[in-house]
Amino acid sequence: MRKTRPLLFALALVTLLLIAGLSLLAGPSGFGWPDTATATGRALLELRLCRLVTGFLVGAALSCSGCALQAVLRNALAEPFVLGVSSGGSLGAAVIIAFGLAAVSPLALPAGAFVAAAATLLLVCSLARRSGGYTPDALILTGVVVGSMLSSLLMLVLSFAKTRAVHSITWWLLGSLQTTSWPLICAAGALVACALAALLIEARTLDALSLGSEAAHHLGVRTRVALPVILTAATLAAACAVAVSGIIGFVGLVVPHALRRLVGAKHRMLLPCAAFAGGAFLVLCDTLARTVTAPHEIPVGVITSLSGGPFFLFLLTRRGKFGGL
Amino acid sequence: MVELEHVTACYGGTAVLNGVSLRLARGEMAALVGPNGAGKSSLLRVVTGLLPPRSGAVRLAGTDCPTLSPRARARLLSVVPQELPRDLPFTAYEFVLLGRTASLPRFGGPAAQDLEAVEEALRLTETWELRHRPLPAMSGGERQRLALAMALAARPEILLLDEPTSHLDLRHRAEMMSLLTRLNRERQTTILMVVHDLTLASLHFPRLLLLAEGRLLADGAPPDVLAPGLLETAYGCPVRVLPLPGTSATCVLAHAAPDRPGPCAHNRAS
Repeated sequence: MRKTRPLLFALALVTLLLIAGLSLLAGPSGFGWPDTATATGRALLELRLCRLVTGFLVGAALSCSGCALQAVLRNALAEPFVLGVSSGGSLGAAVIIAFGLAAVSPLALPAGAFVAAAATLLLVCSLARRSGGYTPDALILTGVVVGSMLSSLLMLVLSFAKTRAVHSITWWLLGSLQTTSWPLICAAGALVACALAALLIEARTLDALSLGSEAAHHLGVRTRVALPVILTAATLAAACAVAVSGIIGFVGLVVPHALRRLVGAKHRMLLPCAAFAGGAFLVLCDTLARTVTAPHEIPVGVITSLSGGPFFLFLLTRRGKFGGL
Repeated sequence: MVELEHVTACYGGTAVLNGVSLRLARGEMAALVGPNGAGKSSLLRVVTGLLPPRSGAVRLAGTDCPTLSPRARARLLSVVPQELPRDLPFTAYEFVLLGRTASLPRFGGPAAQDLEAVEEALRLTETWELRHRPLPAMSGGERQRLALAMALAARPEILLLDEPTSHLDLRHRAEMMSLLTRLNRERQTTILMVVHDLTLASLHFPRLLLLAEGRLLADGAPPDVLAPGLLETAYGCPVRVLPLPGTSATCVLAHAAPDRPGPCAHNRAS
C-alpha cells in the first residue's frame, strides 16, 4: 500500500490539473482557450478562472466539513448542513434580497448569508448544550428542528416578497458559482483556510472522537473543548460555502463517504484528500453545468445530486459487503 | 494506585454510588461483581473521570483525579472500550495506534516507542496477523481482542475493563484471562474488571468487590465474598455455591426468586 501511495498522489494531481484545464477551456461561448489579445477574451478567461477557484474553494470546504461532522456526530447521514447552516444562510440571503439590500454592495448578500448561518450555528450549539451536552442526538435533533423553523420563516419571506425578489431568491437557493468577485473569494478563502487548518490540527482528535466521545475521553481528549472547536470550524467552512455559492447539496455527504472507503478513516489522510476531491468534483460539475445545455446554464446543485445520488445508492447497495457506511 | 474515599455519585437526581470507599494497591487485580444496576459501570466512570463524584475523593497514583490533565490521566489509565465502531474503515493497526493518542505529538508522526508499543500490543493479543485488515471485516471476537490491544498500546499502569469477555468463545476467554493475569504479574499492571460471571471471577481474581444498590457490600477473597447469604442479599434470589474440585474456585448457581413462582408452581396452585 505504501508503495502505491506516491503513484496515487501523482494520478490525483494529474486528474486535478486535467479538470482545471477543462474548466478553463470550456464555457457557454464555445470550447477553447479565450483569445487573450482582446479585452473580451481576457474578461472571459478571468471569469472562468474566478469560477474555477470558487468551485474548488466551495467543494473543498463542503467535503471537509462533511468529513468532520460525520466523524463527530457518528451519523452516516451527517453533512455540512445538518446543524441548520443552510436554512440560516438561506433566510439571511432571502431577507437581504427581499429588502433590496443586495443592490447596496456586492458583498451585502454573502455577508448577510454568512452572518445568519453563523448565528444559526451559535443558536443550535447553545440549545444542544442545554438539552444534554454535545451528544450526537441532541445536536442533530436541535439542528433539524431549528433548521425547519428557519425554513418556515424563509417561506414567510418568500410569500411577502415581490416577484422579482422571489425569482432572485429562488436562483440563489439553487446554488451557483456564478456571481462571485475576487474580494469575496479572498475573504471566504481566508476563513475556509483557517477552518480547514483547525480541522487538520485536530485530525487525531477527530480519529478518537469517531470512536465516540466516551472512548475519546478515555484516550485523553479534552472533549468539552475539542467538540465545540471542531463543530465551529466545520460549520464555519460550510457557512462560507453557503455565503459564496448558495446551497449546493451532496458534495459534503457523498465525497467523504466515498473517500473513506478509498483512503480509510484516518483524518490526517482523509481531510486533505477530501479537500482535493471535493474541490475537483465541484469544478467538474460546474463545468458540465455551464456547457451541457449552453447557453442555458443548469444549476450546479442539480448536477451534483444527479451524479452523486446514484453513486451514493451504489455504495448503499454494497453495504453488506463492507459492513456499513 | 486507585483510591476512592466515601464517593457518592448521581445521574440526574438518582444516586448510583453511595459512600463507596476502596483502595487498590499497585499490581492488584480485582473483579467488580454485582447485579445489574448495582453501580459497577458507574464506579468505572467515576474512576475515569467521566462521572464527577457528588462528594468524596478519587485518587489515581496518589494524585487527586480532577487535578490530572486528560492526557496525563490517559497515559496512566487505559479503558478497554465495550463496543467498537462497526462501520469505520480503520485498519487494525491504525485502530490500535489510537490507543497512543495521549502520547503522540499533535504534529508529526508516531515515534519509535509508539510503534513498538503498538506492535507489542498486537502480538500480545494475537492480532498481529490481522493488522492490515479493516475493522468492518472482523468477527466479534477479533474486535474484542483489538479493543484490548488498543488499551494495552498505551502501556498503562492501571487497566479498567467492562465485561470484555462477553463476545468471546471459551478458548479466547481463557486466553484473555491468562493474558490479563500475565500482565498483572509481569508488569504490575493494576487491573479492575467488571465481571458478570461469578465463576469466572472466582477462578481468576484474588479479590472480589461486591456492589449492590450503589454500596460496597463485600470486599475480599472469592470464598469470603461468594457466600450464599451475601449473594442472596445482593441479587435477591436463592443461590447455591459449589466448590469446584481441585481449584480454589466456586461455581455459583441461581434459582428464580421465591416470590415469583415458576410456571409449574402456578399450575399446581390452580
